[in-house]
Amino acid sequence: MTRLWPLPIFLAAIGAALAAEQPPRSGLDYATPGLRAMQADDFANPGMLWVAEGEALWDKKDGMGGTSCQSCHGALSSMAGIAYPRRDPRDPSRLMNLETRIEQCRVDRMGAPPFGYESRELLALTAAIRNQARGKQSSVVEDAAAIAEGERYYRMRRGAFDLSCAQCHEERAGKHLRDETISQGQSNGFPAYRLRWQGLGSLHRRFQVCNNAVGAEPSPLGSQEYIALEWYLAWRGRSLPVETPAVRQ
Amino acid sequence: MKVLVSVPAVVRRGEAFEVKAMAMHVMENGFRRDMDGKAVPRKILNHFTCRYNGEIVLDCDWHTPISANPYMSFAVKAVDSGTLTFEWIDDDGSIERHSAPITVT
Ligand code: HEC
Ligand code: HEC
Repeated sequence: MTRLWPLPIFLAAIGAALAAEQPPRSGLDYATPGLRAMQADDFANPGMLWVAEGEALWDKKDGMGGTSCQSCHGALSSMAGIAYPRRDPRDPSRLMNLETRIEQCRVDRMGAPPFGYESRELLALTAAIRNQARGKQSSVVEDAAAIAEGERYYRMRRGAFDLSCAQCHEERAGKHLRDETISQGQSNGFPAYRLRWQGLGSLHRRFQVCNNAVGAEPSPLGSQEYIALEWYLAWRGRSLPVETPAVRQ
Repeated sequence: MKVLVSVPAVVRRGEAFEVKAMAMHVMENGFRRDMDGKAVPRKILNHFTCRYNGEIVLDCDWHTPISANPYMSFAVKAVDSGTLTFEWIDDDGSIERHSAPITVT
């Protein structure tokens, strides 16, 4: 799957831009009018199919106890205010994002097999829960150590092209790379529907694409370093409204 | 299969209104190969029909170039109150149905 952007094309895209502190802007601001219209219409936004499936899964009984998410948590809307990532209360050295949190409930509380990262079911539940906060700023747990760890990853140059996330998403935001406009790489729309994927995908899947793009070794989905990175992105974009499910090229 | 359909509940007699219908489907075109080089078998929705009180409003054959999660938007004119029904037919023979009542005033 590793796909390198031809270096000359990339160099052409690099202007003399210097890292300037920019106010956070959603990827939506960089999207084409067609994509923006698609995202705004709940009956044309394909991500809403996953949200609808997640809403149905919320009420579906499963596992040894024959319980559903609803049995313990009540209405799905009760999840509107939750803040993820956070630390595992039972083992504070372990970071959890929404996906791994849901899997933990599946296994420990319901006695059901995990769905698996990037499975249709886990994407659907994650999208349905995030969608409850759509249009609102999501709260971020202010954990200095975890956020600093994520920022370290964000600023580290990596891969054959020796590029950090910041060099594209801070220094080159608004510039073109092949057929795409580089945005600030914000996380507020995830899980997001990507036309190229022909489906919904997690934030960590997007991280893997960006790692591969510079010839760097991607981390596993749901890994601790990706969750720390996710935490930093959540903090970096904390003033943006949640858009899940966003539609992207 | 998940589908999302948008139909206004109340419409004016003789006035055109918009209907939107989207289905969650991989629309595997049968031309791709997996990581091991094995052909991925074709699996698409090959037919979509919309009826209004049993009468065909829109009837389409779908082919392999259609992208995943196909979306349709079209205009319908209603004369009497009744039901719009939607039908998607999968290559494997399964049929997904959805219906929506409309009141004409
Ligand atoms: C048997 C009861 C039970 C079931 C069933 C259950 N959960 Fe939970 N869940 C809990 C408890 C208790 C907590 C909080 C305790 C903790 O932090 O460990 C929790 C916490 C959560 C949280 C974090 C909430 C927050 O405020 O941080 C999420 C998200 C969640 N569950 C999702 C789900 C989903 C999705 C399902 C269905 C797949 C589910 N749960 C099924 C008992 C349950
Ligand atoms: C070579 C330039 C480049 C690098 C380096 C890069 N990305 Fe990206 N990234 C892109 C492009 C191009 C896109 C697609 C257009 C867009 O949304 O910015 C993208 C998209 C994203 C998105 C989705 C934004 C949205 O609104 O949908 C996120 C999140 C993201 N990148 C995070 C990262 C992270 C984290 C890193 C570091 C591990 C990184 N990127 C490294 C080029 C890059």
